[in-house]
Amino acid sequence: MHHSLEIENLSFTYPDGRKALNNVSFRIEGGERVALVGPNGAGKSTLLQHLSGILTGQGRIWVCGEELTKDSLSSIRAMVGMVFQIPDDQLFSPTVFEDVAFGPIYQGYSREEVHQRVDRALQAVHMEEYVQRVSYHLSTGEKKRIAIATVLSMDPEILVMDEPTAGLDPRARRGLIDLLSELPQTMLLATHDLALVRELLPRTIILDHGRLVADGRTEELLQDRMLLAEHGLE
Amino acid sequence: MDARIKLPLTLAFILTCSLTPFGSWWVYILLLALVNSAAILSELGLYFLHKRALLALPFVLAAFPLIFTIPGNPLFTVGPGWFTLTASQQGLARFASITAKSWISLQVAILLAATTTFPDLLLGLRALHLPRLLVAVIGLMWRYLFVMVDEAARLLRARASRSGARDLPGKKVGGQLVWRARVTGGMAGNLFLRSFERSERIYAAMTARGYDGEVRSLPHPPLAQRDWLVLGIGLLVLLFLLLIG
Amino acid sequence: MFYAPVAMHIPDGFISVMVAIVFWVLSSLGILVALRNVNRELGEREVPLMGVLAAAIFAGQMLNFSVTGGTSGHLLGAALATIILGPWAAVLVMTSVVSIQALIFQDGGVLALGANLFNMAIVGVAVSYFVYRTVIRFTRQDRAGIFVAGFAAAWFSIFVSSLSAALQLALSGTSPANIAVPAMAGIHALIGIGEGLITVGALAFIYAARRDLLKLASPQPGGSRAVWVGGMLLAVLLVVLSPLASSHPDGLEWVAGQKGFLNSAQGPIYKIIPDYLLPGVHNEALATVLAGIIGVLIVAGVAFGMAYLRRAKPESDKA
Repeated sequence: MHHSLEIENLSFTYPDGRKALNNVSFRIEGGERVALVGPNGAGKSTLLQHLSGILTGQGRIWVCGEELTKDSLSSIRAMVGMVFQIPDDQLFSPTVFEDVAFGPIYQGYSREEVHQRVDRALQAVHMEEYVQRVSYHLSTGEKKRIAIATVLSMDPEILVMDEPTAGLDPRARRGLIDLLSELPQTMLLATHDLALVRELLPRTIILDHGRLVADGRTEELLQDRMLLAEHGLE
Repeated sequence: MDARIKLPLTLAFILTCSLTPFGSWWVYILLLALVNSAAILSELGLYFLHKRALLALPFVLAAFPLIFTIPGNPLFTVGPGWFTLTASQQGLARFASITAKSWISLQVAILLAATTTFPDLLLGLRALHLPRLLVAVIGLMWRYLFVMVDEAARLLRARASRSGARDLPGKKVGGQLVWRARVTGGMAGNLFLRSFERSERIYAAMTARGYDGEVRSLPHPPLAQRDWLVLGIGLLVLLFLLLIG
Repeated sequence: MFYAPVAMHIPDGFISVMVAIVFWVLSSLGILVALRNVNRELGEREVPLMGVLAAAIFAGQMLNFSVTGGTSGHLLGAALATIILGPWAAVLVMTSVVSIQALIFQDGGVLALGANLFNMAIVGVAVSYFVYRTVIRFTRQDRAGIFVAGFAAAWFSIFVSSLSAALQLALSGTSPANIAVPAMAGIHALIGIGEGLITVGALAFIYAARRDLLKLASPQPGGSRAVWVGGMLLAVLLVVLSPLASSHPDGLEWVAGQKGFLNSAQGPIYKIIPDYLLPGVHNEALATVLAGIIGVLIVAGVAFGMAYLRRAKPESDKA
């Protein structure tokens, strides 16, 4: 039950009638690292947004054994660390410290506790010296790390990321992959980067047109070239 | 209907509506009929029209006191003994008139907005001799409006997903009010900064296409005779309504 | 979905035609002057810059923070626009935002647009400019000084704009002055605090990331004596006029009545100069107005006081 994620028959239709998700179900155990792949428009981002209650569709979601409802929303959000694709959307404080401190401050921790959490989070992403820097001026790779730190400071059980390696040069990308491999949280990463998937994520879920079309071991799935071609992955 | 006709007609309509004296119920009804039939004719539908028209409701409160402050034939009294308010017939009439006028004007404005594409609206504004620079600014603003609204929405989402707390005892969740306001300000600053830098990129793209600061546009087709006729008839109808009011 | 939650956009039907026309004229004048000056200052960059920033302000008005229970605070943005862009560009930016809100989203009337533009684009900007430049004289041009000045500018822009709106309603005979003025003033004294805080938050971000973009905070802001004077006049006029109007609503009604000859069918009502002060409310209204004035004085006092204290302190902390 711990650090797990389960989705049952999740469907979602946009107000304009577009059906974005169609009966998606899967379960992720604690500690697993899973890739969510699919062509653009498959519904990956839509799915992720359900996990922290930003969107509400039909079906049920359990995070660490607790069902996602209106009442448990706050609690679930604390457990799910959601990192969005564009770091600029998530860094809205003047300094790195304030951005990383947002979560703990919201949760009501004392000053010392907040400081401790910020330090720990920045250490986890290897950016301790950046604490007083201005987020806005950092490189994309640095911003992505800070964005990760902003959710790590909340001590999430599960890490959910949308296109973590998008827009990164090879060096920053390598740094990020190494960083992710160090983190202990359960992970669900939506990505186009198949090399990342092969290296880091043993399980892959393929989404296309809102449906779950495959769910299995990365090695097997990514060798099936027909499957990949059919769903716009290669 | 050409926007260059629609816009002045709409303005004239609202003007007529506002000029109509308080209590001219028949004129109100006629104006209302005009708007609603136009809505039906333009395939907009009454449902849509009135759904949007509900927006004006809250502001009606501003005129509410009039019921009690305009002197006239008393209707009823409310209030505890030491403090009474007397409603007057004239006050109620005034309040109802203002509400009616506002509601009707709102409908015609909705009609205009819903049946006119934005470029056409700008065209109408230009025809009313709005300065070119202002029209250009509004045009660019429209183009990037949804982009910026999207960014604002993503900022809100990012904040929401970090606004969670487990049920731990002794913790005041949500932070201080001042802190929340300042964080919101930071989001606004983020938005503004990004838009500033975006505008620099846009400027670069514009100059790459030969922009030199002068706002030029293609000449617009002249209005057909039929358009002028429609405008003329429309104005006459409104004038008539005004006179009988 | 799109709406400006700041409660200042007056719909059609609430402003008499006369008042609407007067303010259309005033706003148009202000906008034309702004157009000319912007051209001189910004040149070619003006269209992309103002266009996108107008979009940003529109979007920025969506950003909210929860106050209590269901209510939330939002940003109007006139002060922020003024500090970032300077007064002339800010006028045009706010004009664009308010116009589109009226025309496309029916937030505020079409005939009443002139009045709404006057309140938000002209008064909002001019008063922000006046207050900011005045307060910053008393502070040093450092971070804290800018924040204090920004807060004050934002608060006053909201407060004085609301007075303008209230007076327009009263002049139109829509809302008796002794209710409209205290009500608007009271509510917006509070809303102004939210605006002030958000403005400071935004300034903090921009100051940290790109200080150079704060036009009014630059070392040589140049600036306009005319706007400063205009802003001061507007602020003083409105702040003085409002309590007067509030305690002598008959005066305004008389004016409205005179103009009301256009609505002449209801003749008798307008000829009488009614003493329609609500029984028992008269003193309360005055009290509320006094509270508003006290609020103004407090904010001004705090702003100037803080500024003065900072000036007296030795240069010990970094910006």
